[in-house]
Order: sequence, then structure tokens, then C-alpha cells
Amino acid sequence: MSITPRAGVLCFVEQDDDGVVDASLRALTFARSLAESSDAALSAAVIGETSSTLLEILSSFGVSDAYQVSLHGLAAYAPLGWARALVELVKSTGVNALVAAGSDRGNEVMANVGASMGLPMVANCLSASWSDASSVRLSRQRWAGSLIEEAVLEGVPALLSVASDGVVASPAKDPTPTTSHEFRLDVNETDSSVHVAEWIGRGGGVALADARVVVGGGRGVGSEDGFAALDELALLLGAAVGVSRAVTSAGWRPHAQQVGQTGTRISAELYLACGISGATQHLAGCRSAKHVVTINTDADAPFLSRADYAIVGDLSVVIPALVLAIEARKSAH
Amino acid sequence: MNVLVCVKRVAMVGARIVLTLDAKEVDVRQLGFTMSPHEECAVEEAVRIVERDGGVVTVLTLGPPEASEQLRDAASIGATQLVHLVTDAREWDPVATADAIVESIRSHEAQSGTFDLILFGNEAADTGDYQVGVRVAHALARPSVNGIKNLEIREKSIRARREFRGGDELYDLTLPCVVAVKEGINLPRYPSLPGRMRAKKMAIEATSVEWREGLLRLEKLRVPVEPSERAEILGNGADAVPALIALFEQWGVLA
Repeated sequence: MSITPRAGVLCFVEQDDDGVVDASLRALTFARSLAESSDAALSAAVIGETSSTLLEILSSFGVSDAYQVSLHGLAAYAPLGWARALVELVKSTGVNALVAAGSDRGNEVMANVGASMGLPMVANCLSASWSDASSVRLSRQRWAGSLIEEAVLEGVPALLSVASDGVVASPAKDPTPTTSHEFRLDVNETDSSVHVAEWIGRGGGVALADARVVVGGGRGVGSEDGFAALDELALLLGAAVGVSRAVTSAGWRPHAQQVGQTGTRISAELYLACGISGATQHLAGCRSAKHVVTINTDADAPFLSRADYAIVGDLSVVIPALVLAIEARKSAH
Repeated sequence: MNVLVCVKRVAMVGARIVLTLDAKEVDVRQLGFTMSPHEECAVEEAVRIVERDGGVVTVLTLGPPEASEQLRDAASIGATQLVHLVTDAREWDPVATADAIVESIRSHEAQSGTFDLILFGNEAADTGDYQVGVRVAHALARPSVNGIKNLEIREKSIRARREFRGGDELYDLTLPCVVAVKEGINLPRYPSLPGRMRAKKMAIEATSVEWREGLLRLEKLRVPVEPSERAEILGNGADAVPALIALFEQWGVLA
């Protein structure tokens, strides 16, 4: 089947101090694959000033045109202003698809773009390709990735956000020369009506989302006090503590520690899940963990078909033994 | 405060989702139903605001006749006005859902005044569309913000908090406004027995709404291929610890 060449795909890229946020690298990878399905060009929109590092990253991901958007009169993130800038860019570049990361900001900006253009917005896509001149065949996550929907989206421009844990970021085979363009927008009162007034940092502890090792505790921990042993183990491993929804619902631990669909998605090197049965809600939060070990009294718990390794046994026996073994190894070194 | 909360009835899926034969729907015959988790917290938040400052909590759902159960769940913890936009069994897309909600809001506001605050859950547990609240806000020309885990009501505005890169972003929105909240904003209470009894008898204002086809056409659903082999059992109890330590060393996770 031959596909009519497309006008192009525009990817909204979020930046931080180090360049491009990881979620946007995944969005760029996804957007490039959509563009390639019709031999179209990939362009990127960045709000605020761009650095040479950022342009190099865009080039390595195959971006041919980078639009540096300056919002005159708006310094902070403002969903309506950012969305209007993207709508104006989509109109003036004539692209047939706009892609963003499925982050809080990405989904929010895209929802605003969809609402103001009167178009659907498809959240948390995994893959997409043009099936004809005005429709995109796509797959997207439902139930936070426990279920995949395959669908066809009619109409252009297609507005798509990209699942945070379903696409692997990879640079293009060869870097593309990137041309940088300035795009100015004078901000009106509505654009800035909602904006970040302040950002407050939260100190202390290993952040769950970025932790290299996560020690998880579920209902099997038994009580609020039962977590003392897990805390000790986490401290020894330099790990963050993560918990299941049953634990936060019981009030044993704060919601900020919840791993799962309605909590935090982790991407640890090791997830050691203790006394967690493995409900869909929880598994949705640890899909990106590299090695998963579970300690469980029930050898038939659903978690055992997700974990790589399991220890069958009582936490009150296994955790202290593990703590002793790690301490012994540390003092031997 | 006149607060409206929009909620969705969703299935309680088990460890593995089972599909119907045509793979177009989740097979819900063996499943229970609940209010989508973020929305349970939205209802709790609304009830707390009204308990403190006075006012009315209205809860609205768009869904099949059985979704009246979720309205009664909301009533059992303190909602006093229940609105049901009744659909047939078909799934509604976010565009049509937002349109129907907007129409209902307009007719309610024409009769009993503006909703100062409209709360949504950040995303529904099942379809995860992340946009109904934003669309409603646009149609009503009101400010909106998503992903909120703390809400402070002020004189004529609200201060909302959202997690961002190891910290919190603060937003100030003038009332009336639309806010999508996340689980963790509060710990929803369990309904009391008198609450349940009261909810059973409460009147529900029900209106049928007409399904509309959207531009995203579902072809089929599938359960993703997850690593399906069973975990390798390292052993039982404390005897398995040395094997685990060896793995930790191999993975380089011992500091």
C-alpha cells in the first residue's frame, strides 16, 4: 500500500537543566516512527530558550526543524498559553500530527490543544503509523498499561500523547541537521490565567520515581510497625520504600510512597517486593523495573508470574536474615 | 461553596484482565464495580470543603443505569445532590462525555447558580483519557488545572499543589474553576451505616443522554504480553538469603 507523503509531525519537547526530559525523548522516538511511516519530516517545539546541548539532542533524534517558542510576558509554565502556542505552530507549519510526552504537563497541554481545536486527543499511545491520508492506526494503554487498545483515529491533525512506560527512547540511525527557528507569541490574559506561581522543593530521602533500588511492602507486612524492618533494609541498600495501595488505604504509610496505577511508576534496577500479592493496580507501577524479586508466603500469588525470582517464606524471618547477611558482607569488605 | 464532582463507574479488574470473545470489551461478568480511585478522593475532598465552609456537594455521573450505585456510594459519605446522565452499555469517548456534562452543568447553573468548584479525577482508571475536565473547563471558559494533590480554598480563589520533579508546583486559580485531583489528596472515609441508609433513599435526578460516535474507532483490545514464566524460586525462608545476596552482587545493587 502506498501512502501519500505527509506534511510532517511536530513533537512538543519538555526541557530541564540537563537538556531534554526522558519522557520527551520517548515522545521524540515515537514521533519519528510516525513521521517515517509516511516519509515525512520530524520537527520539535520547545518553550523557552534552547541550549546547544538541547539542539544536539534534537539532531540526534532526527529533528529537522526546531521551533524555539518565546512567550512574551510569560515566564512560568501555563497550560493555556503553552497550548495556544502549539495550536498556532500547528496551523502555521501545517503539520498533520502533534505529539507530546504523557507527562502531567504533556497530557494537560494536549488536552487544552484538543479542546481549543475541537479535536480528539489520544492519551498514552505506544505506537502509531499513517494508514491513509487522514487516519492514524495506533495502539494505546488502558488500565495504565494492563490492557492495550488498538484503534484508528480519523482526522488531522492527530493529537497524541506517549505512554511513559511503553516506548524505549532511541536516537535516529544518523543525526539530522537541525534548523532552528524563532516563534514568538504575545501572551493574552487568558493564556496566563493559570500558571505556576511557585515551586517548592521537598528535601530528604531517595525519590521513589528515580530510585535505583526500591524495597516494596504490601498487606503481608502486617502492620504499620511491621515496616520498621523494611525501613532498615532500605537504609542498608540505599533504597526507597514503596508500598501497595492496600498499605496506604490502611493508613500505614503516606500515599507518596504508593507504587502503582494511581501512585508512582518506578523504573528501578531492583524492585524487592515484600508481602505484595500483585494486583493489576500495583503491577502497573513497576513494569519498568529491571529485576524483580518477591518475598511472599503464598507461592501462588499473582506477583510470582511477574517477578524474576521469588523467596517463599515469612517476612519476619526472611527480612532480618537478609539484613544480617548484608551487614556481614559490608563489614567483610 | 457549591461543589460539583464528576465520577465514573469502573470495573474492579483482577490480576489479569479477561476480554469478551470479540476482544472489544473487558469481560465484566465476574467483576464488581467501583468509583474510579482519583474520583473517590474528589468526592471526599468536596465533602470536607462543605463540612468546613458550608454549601452543597452535587455528584454527577455519566454511565449505564447501574452507575446509580456509584452515586449512592458518594451520597453515603456526604454528597446530597445526585445527577445521573444515563447511557446504554456503549462506551463514551471523552469529547462526547465532556459535551454531555457541559450541557447538564449549564442547565443546573441556570436553575440553582454557578458551581464555584468543579472536581474531576485526574484520569479514569479504565480508559485513562486525561482530558474530560479540561474540555469542560474550556467549554465553560473557566480556569482549570490537573494532577492536584492538595487544595486550599481562599476567599475568591483556590491554591492547588501538584508534584513536579521532586517538589511541588503551586497554582492559584480564581473561582469558579475546574480541578482534576489525584489519589493521595486525602484518605477517603468509609461510609457509616446511617450514611448508607440515607444514601439508599436519596433521590437521583436521571436524564437519558444520546450516544455519539467519536473519531477514535476501537478495533480491538488485547492483554499485553508480559513475561509469563513463573519466577524462579530461590528457596524457602532464610535458607534462600545467600542466593539472593549472590544476585544482588551480580546486579551491582549492593552499595
